[in-house]
Amino acid sequence: MTAVRKKISRRRTPLQWLFEAPSIGKMAPGTAVFVYGLLLFWTLVVLFPLYWVLITSFKTALDVNNGPVFLPWVDFTPSLHAWRELLVIDYEDTLRSYINSIVIATLSTALCVAVGSMAAYALARITYKPKFGNILLFVLAMLGGCYVVWKAGVDWKIAMTAAFAIWFFLLKSVGRFFKKSVGNGDILFWMISQRILPPIVTVVPIYMMFQNLKMLDTHLALILTYTVVNLPIVVWLLYDFISGIPIELEESAQLDGASRFRTFWEIVLPLAKPGLAATTLLVLILAWNEYILAVFLSTSNAQTIPILVAAMNAGERGILWWSMCVVIIIMIIPVVFMAILLQRFISKGVLLGAVKG
Amino acid sequence: MSTVGKQGTPSRRARTHRISEWLDRQSSTLFITPAVVLILVFSLFPLVASLIIAFSRFRLRAGSYQVRWVGFKNFEKQFFGSEQFHFLGTFKGMSVLGWVVATVAGVLILYWLYRYCRQKFWWLGFIGRIISALMAFGLVLLFSATLLSGHQFGTLGVTLFYVFVGCSLQFAIGLGLALLCAQPIRGRTFFRVVFFLPLMITPIGIGYAFRMLADTTKGPFSPAWQWVGLGDFAWSTDPWAARLFIVIGDSWQWIPFVFIILLAALENIPKDHREAAEVDGASGWQIFREITWPQLLPVAATVMLIRLIEAFKLVDLPNIMTAGGPGIATESMSLHSYFAWRSLDLGQSAAIAYLLLITTVVICVSFFNYVVLGRLRQGNA
Repeated sequence: MTAVRKKISRRRTPLQWLFEAPSIGKMAPGTAVFVYGLLLFWTLVVLFPLYWVLITSFKTALDVNNGPVFLPWVDFTPSLHAWRELLVIDYEDTLRSYINSIVIATLSTALCVAVGSMAAYALARITYKPKFGNILLFVLAMLGGCYVVWKAGVDWKIAMTAAFAIWFFLLKSVGRFFKKSVGNGDILFWMISQRILPPIVTVVPIYMMFQNLKMLDTHLALILTYTVVNLPIVVWLLYDFISGIPIELEESAQLDGASRFRTFWEIVLPLAKPGLAATTLLVLILAWNEYILAVFLSTSNAQTIPILVAAMNAGERGILWWSMCVVIIIMIIPVVFMAILLQRFISKGVLLGAVKG
Repeated sequence: MSTVGKQGTPSRRARTHRISEWLDRQSSTLFITPAVVLILVFSLFPLVASLIIAFSRFRLRAGSYQVRWVGFKNFEKQFFGSEQFHFLGTFKGMSVLGWVVATVAGVLILYWLYRYCRQKFWWLGFIGRIISALMAFGLVLLFSATLLSGHQFGTLGVTLFYVFVGCSLQFAIGLGLALLCAQPIRGRTFFRVVFFLPLMITPIGIGYAFRMLADTTKGPFSPAWQWVGLGDFAWSTDPWAARLFIVIGDSWQWIPFVFIILLAALENIPKDHREAAEVDGASGWQIFREITWPQLLPVAATVMLIRLIEAFKLVDLPNIMTAGGPGIATESMSLHSYFAWRSLDLGQSAAIAYLLLITTVVICVSFFNYVVLGRLRQGNA
């Protein structure tokens, strides 16, 4: 077969030589120019905005306002004034936002992955059969609680506890007579579908809830909100990953008398490491970059870095492009390292499994 | 007994044992409770509360607030009242083209429903299809009465523009890049990391970076603009240019996502099929259409579903790049709702947010049912 192909390939016209692959797994010169040309073009499209941000951070107001200059030392003399202003003179504000962002992003990610991996494991391995009627009762009890708070002005803590108690009583008494139940798939779908919710729909009530609890502008408020916003992603990705782990290991561990928690901690989590790593990094990046929820829930004490970027627009001097670019760069740096880490896992197709559905 | 440690008095040991046993028995509940509670408190409760706010007039007072039930007034205002131009657009009669498009769309949708009834009738499926059909027809009507008749459309139209144009662009370019990267090239890891970068950058940063790039007098492309003779052209004052720029910024960020997943899917396709086809003399296009595309489709459909869901939430880019301007030309529904919140009109804000939610859910669920699941069903059959 190969001999035949070789014979044919020797007698090729120039056009064929340009565009027909000489053998499988190789590219013809014409195709190669085309492919590499497009790839390099897109590399330029990706890198140029980043380059522009980088050099703008070394520009003075004059350099920015007098039309474009492209090359440091050639077009203009780079100046460190913006860097000095943000990192030396006015470092307190920058540092506080930076630390806030680190604390909020890492803690919310940790919480999110912990809660999400537990739920994902549970949904993949334990059969749930919550009765449909009980869920309906729960919703009705909670709605009743809300109604009482709203109309009669009862303290919400008392009302909610009472509603919960009533539901629990009904669950234990009437609950066993319900027949129809929902399965794991329904719970999974419900959790994942939470991602459809635009944040704008839920943020006003969350704002009022935290206002009521006197927790506005605290780290905890942002941590909890980010956790919930990203939870569907974690559950979705890890559910798929954990389902792919052979169940025999867990079964033999359980036969040896290990509890569910031990099985989860010592067998499932180590095996799910690649999935966990990819999910963690993804959620970390999402939490790190989040803007609209931070705008609602933080003012100064819990101010995160994206808010600081936007704050460079709020002064009387117009937009401080150079300072803004400095903030954007210090924001990107840790994330770029993550990108390089993450690409190893993504190339293994960790995210792919979940998408295949 | 083996799980109990050796230290401790017998009674204490027994107690630890009892606790651990109880924990083990309750483990199935304990595993899932935190997630369920978090979602209940932070998603479901706000959802209900938001609905209540959407039906009331809400006033913030010093230290507290006052709520008054107004029924459907907030929604009425968006659809028929003083906010109609803002949400739906301006209606001043429909052009011939608008009538033609609306009629054609109506006939097509009716035919689609008719075909479903002919196949196999299931009342739940039928109701779902009625809802999708109504939404589709309403949106077509909206576009033919505003865009095709030469009038402005409101935030609903802008949001849909972002979603559909943005998603198509991202899918086309993302797929193209993935196909290029799947060629036998050197430095694939390098391209993968570089192409992945935009996804990591905060949307705020992207918004400002693109604002700099787009500046026709001080931006890097200003020599080119001047050369073309558009040096005085300010893209932020032209509705379509502004919308397009936001779509470009959004696409710049999200193409990597489509790219990275489609590339992984491409790499997962067994090589021998393609090689066999190549040996048999199939052209590149034939290989793509007959071998690659069918295997790529399930992943592609799901990726587009994720993108659809996220695209409806777009808020930071228009806020940063144009602040919704010129006028309301680039205001997405999220931004509309945010502005309403900022002017302390919570009822309107919640009503718009709910309308956004309904639109999102109907469109995403329709896409999921007819495209994602539809493909799976076809694949299984």
